[in-house]
This record gives sequence, C-alpha cells and structure tokens, in this order.
Amino acid sequence: MIFLKDIEFQYPHGDFRLRIDELKVGLGEKVAFIGPSGSGKTTLLNLIAGILKPHAGYIQVSDQDISKLADSPCRDFRVSNIGLVFQEFELLEYLTVLDNILLPYRISPALKLNASVRQRAVQLAQDVGIEDKLHRYTNQMSQGERQRVAICRALLPNPGLVMADEPTGNLDPANKAHVLEILFECVSKTNATLLAVTHDTHIVDRFDRVIDFSQFQFIGNTEGNAGVAG
Amino acid sequence: MKGMLYLVGRYLIYHWVKTVLLTASITLILYLPSGLRVLIQQSRNQLAARAETTPLVVGTKGSPLELVLNTCYFSSKVPELMSYGHVDEIAKTEQALPIPLYVRFHAQNDPIVGTTLDYFDFRGLWIQTGRQMSRLGDCVVGAQLANREGIKPGDTIISSPEKVFDFAGVYPLKMKVTGILAFSDSPDDDAIFVDIKTAWIIEGLAHGHEDLTRSEAAPRVLKRQDNVVIGNASVVEYTEITDENINSFHFHGDPATFQITSVLAVPRDHKSKTLLIGRYKTDQETTFQILEPDTVLNELLGTILTIERFVITALVMVGISTLVIAALVFMLSLRLRKREIQTMAMIGGSHLIVNLILISEIVFVLLASAVLATGLTIVTGCYAADVIRIFL
Repeated sequence: MIFLKDIEFQYPHGDFRLRIDELKVGLGEKVAFIGPSGSGKTTLLNLIAGILKPHAGYIQVSDQDISKLADSPCRDFRVSNIGLVFQEFELLEYLTVLDNILLPYRISPALKLNASVRQRAVQLAQDVGIEDKLHRYTNQMSQGERQRVAICRALLPNPGLVMADEPTGNLDPANKAHVLEILFECVSKTNATLLAVTHDTHIVDRFDRVIDFSQFQFIGNTEGNAGVAG
Repeated sequence: MKGMLYLVGRYLIYHWVKTVLLTASITLILYLPSGLRVLIQQSRNQLAARAETTPLVVGTKGSPLELVLNTCYFSSKVPELMSYGHVDEIAKTEQALPIPLYVRFHAQNDPIVGTTLDYFDFRGLWIQTGRQMSRLGDCVVGAQLANREGIKPGDTIISSPEKVFDFAGVYPLKMKVTGILAFSDSPDDDAIFVDIKTAWIIEGLAHGHEDLTRSEAAPRVLKRQDNVVIGNASVVEYTEITDENINSFHFHGDPATFQITSVLAVPRDHKSKTLLIGRYKTDQETTFQILEPDTVLNELLGTILTIERFVITALVMVGISTLVIAALVFMLSLRLRKREIQTMAMIGGSHLIVNLILISEIVFVLLASAVLATGLTIVTGCYAADVIRIFL
C-alpha cells in the first residue's frame, strides 16, 4: 500500500515543480504513469523510492513514512522493499548475469547473501528464461535478455513494490510484449505492487490504473488527485 | 566486505589489460629507483671489498682504473703490458711479495688468469675438488664457472684465439682441469687459473712440436746447418700438453722479457708498503705505476654515486609523471563509471561502500605493484653480484 499526501517537490535549479494532493495505490495494484517527458513521472518514482526527499508532504510505503527516514535507514528500507527496473537496464558489464542479479546483496549490508538467495536468483532466471546464460557477461546478450536480468535483480529481495521506469523503452515490439508479460507475471506471483512509467500507450490497458501526467488527471480508477505545475 | 572485495576483483579481472598496464607501470616506477640503488650499493660493496683486500698493484703507466679492474676483477679490457722481469725487481726490494698476473686470454668469455701458486695463498683460495695445478697445461677453475658449465677435474678447456681470423696466430691450447676451487664470492669464482708459463704458451711464446732431430721427422726438415735444424711448414705444433710431449715444450727468449698485465704486490708490513709506494712515486723516470686499488676504486665510486643521484632524480621525476597519469586514468575511469556509481547507490550501496569499492581498486593495484617491486628488488639483490660481474 502506497499513500502520498500533500506532496510538494522542486529541484534546486529550474522551474519544475511537482505537487500531489493525494495518491493511493493498493497492495498488488499495477499502475502506469504516462505523460510527456519532463512532466514529473520519474521524479514521482524517485520520491516514492526515497531517492528524492519532498519539501513537504507525506509518503507512506508499506506502513513506513519514507519521507521522514534518514539516508541510511531509507536505503535499507528501499533495498529490502522496493525493486527498481530502469530503461537502460543499468547492469554492470564486468559482472556475469548471476552476479548482476545478486548485486544488491553484495553492496547492501541490509541484505545477506546465502545459499537460499542464490537458489532464488537461479529460480528467477529460470522464470524469465535466462537460466542458461547465468555465467555470461551481459554485453553478450540481447536488449530483451538484459532487461530480464534487470527484472530478476529488482525482484530478488522479494519486494512488496516494484517500480519500473520505461521498462520497455529500449526494446523492439516483440521483446516489449514478452518483457512486459514477464514483469507482470513475476509481480503477480508475489502480489507486489507495480508502478511503471511509460510513454507507450499501447501497453497501458494491461495496467489496473493509468495516471496521465499531461492532463493532470487519472485515467481509470480515480482514487487520488495529482497535479504538475511549472 | 567480502561482497565488496568480490566486486573489486571482478572489475580488475574483467579490465585485465588496464589492470596489468597500470600495475606494470607503477611497479616499474617503484622498482627502478630501489633496484638501481640495491644494484649500485652491492656493486659498491663488492668493488670496495675486493679493492680493500688487494694492497698494491704495479703495472705499466696508463689508465689506473683499467689496471685495477683487470688485476682485481679480471675485466676484459687489457691494460698496458709490462715485462715479467719487473717481478724480480720488486722481489729484490724485499718489501713485498710480488705475484705476477697475466689476465689477457679467455676461454669463451671466461678469463684465463696466468699467475703463480702464491696467488691462491694470498686470496685464501683452496681446492675443493681435485688437486692444484702442477705442470704446464694444467688449470684450476672457479666454483661458479665450474658449476655453470658443469666442469669437473679431468675435463679440458680450450683457450679462445684473441682474434677470430688470426691466421698467423698460435693454436688454441687445450688445458686439463685438475681442480675446482671452493666458492669465494669473488671474481675468482668465474675465472680459469693457469700457471704464468701456461699463459705464455697460450700467447705463443713457448710451444712444443715434433723432435726434428729424429730420423722419422726428416720430411719436415727444411734445412740442417751445423747444430741448427730448420723445419718446414708441415711441422706439427702441439695444441695439448701431454705426458708424451711435455718435454718438447720450450721457450724462445728470456722469460724476463715476457709480458704480464700486472703485479700484485703484497707488502710485508705498513712500513714496507710506504717505502715501496715512495720508490715508484719518487722515480720520475720509471715507466711503471704503483696503485692502491681502494683509492682508485673510491674515485670511481664517487663518480658512480654522482651518476646514481642524477639517475634516481630523473627516475623520481618520471615516477611522479607516471603517477599523475595513473591518477588521471583513474579519474577518467570514474567519470565513465558515473552511471554505474549512481546505479549502485540506487539499489542499496551507500556512498561509503561505493567509494570503498572504487578506492579498493586503486589500493589493490598499488599494493600489487608494491609487492612486485619489492620482489623484484629482492631478486635484484640476490643476483646483483652476477649482474655486476657481467659488466666488469
């Protein structure tokens, strides 16, 4: 469950300003954020992830007010409870597929790497169809396969919330559908909430709710109000 | 910590070319000044030790350094030659024991040292295997040379001609190894010792050939006149001294006029030393010089020290430049890895951990370079003596 109230955010330089009166996302809900570039979609994801701090307002993720957390607990909370998927995959070229999936466990003291985690990483790779490439470097893989690695990395800590920023933005149409299918399947399996930023209007009907940042209104379920000023 | 080091290792292995190049260049920068210093220090010690145990050297006037290096270290540069007769003159003064040295010839690249048995007593050299040389054509070999070439008593060594196309020269002499010297950690370990007369045979001042007075040698006789027999070009000159032909070896001329390279003069006491030095210094007419090797060597070492300072200063400058370039490489690499750093921060890596990963990569390269440079310096120290002898 995600709950945002009276959120205000502005970057130190520039005119951009984001204001959200209220936004609620239920457990297991799949929500798409659409809208033109610069409308605040990614900023909102970063606020929910605790990467950015709002100037005012309240952000609750799984009973935790993330906006009030200090850096270190916020990071620990994020790595345990929120999975992030990026448009450019953001995989490390010098690590194999398996090592990329296990990366959060190697850099975060909040996560402990053990045999069961490794087993789960292999299981996730099997689920997304890359189990035979676990020991390859990611630069030997296709774009679609790389995004599947990124999805595995995001899902490995078993997060209650998965946030994807343009997860299909760099993929061809065939891969786009397949990767989206995998993402939905994996998220549904764990009943995680999915927030995805996308420009692709062809895929929005797969989501439970769509929030259109360009028209300052919600499409579909209207359990909140958001606005962008600037 | 383990996971962090794992990532550091993976990065360095994946970018192995960069890692190897950086490690190699930093290793060289650390090693060159320290290795050079060790090499110079050891060469200084080695040169000084040998010079200090050599009281006086007498030779024909010329380069003092060449004379000392040839006498003490058997260097291949041959000084101005002197006559053997001067050995007797020194002996007559009764101020020093004169030990003649004729260090001119080689077997392959190893020096053949013509001397007397006094040399072995003076240097404290003793035969570890076999026996001392006792007749013409015998030789004893230094421990290191014997070990390197697998030489043992009973083997033979052939002297090398001074010039490759020396048609008029003498035949190389096949010498019999009678003994191997004990290891002495000195240039004696790499030398072949023969009696001074054997050295003259190598030079061609003495030789053995068929007895032309015998009737079966008639085809080789060109002319008989009174008691003189002149042989023709077919006379066989012996290239090896054996029990059968040893009596046929003979010298033409007065041995006092034969050449040697120097005389090692061992004074009886300090007073004798001073008197002997004075004798040469005050004689304006003499064609000889008397040298104290440690004085000559100290001048050389002074020059080496100055050069060392210049070289090390230059190396430090180059080192600083290399480290600056290495730092630049690291900084550019950080810029290229900006997104990677951001990603790590977003998926759970604190600034401290991310920075530690990056610093660990640099520290690992520096540590590996330091370990390699230390190892190379130790190896240089172990083999410095051999390296120095190559250059002497």
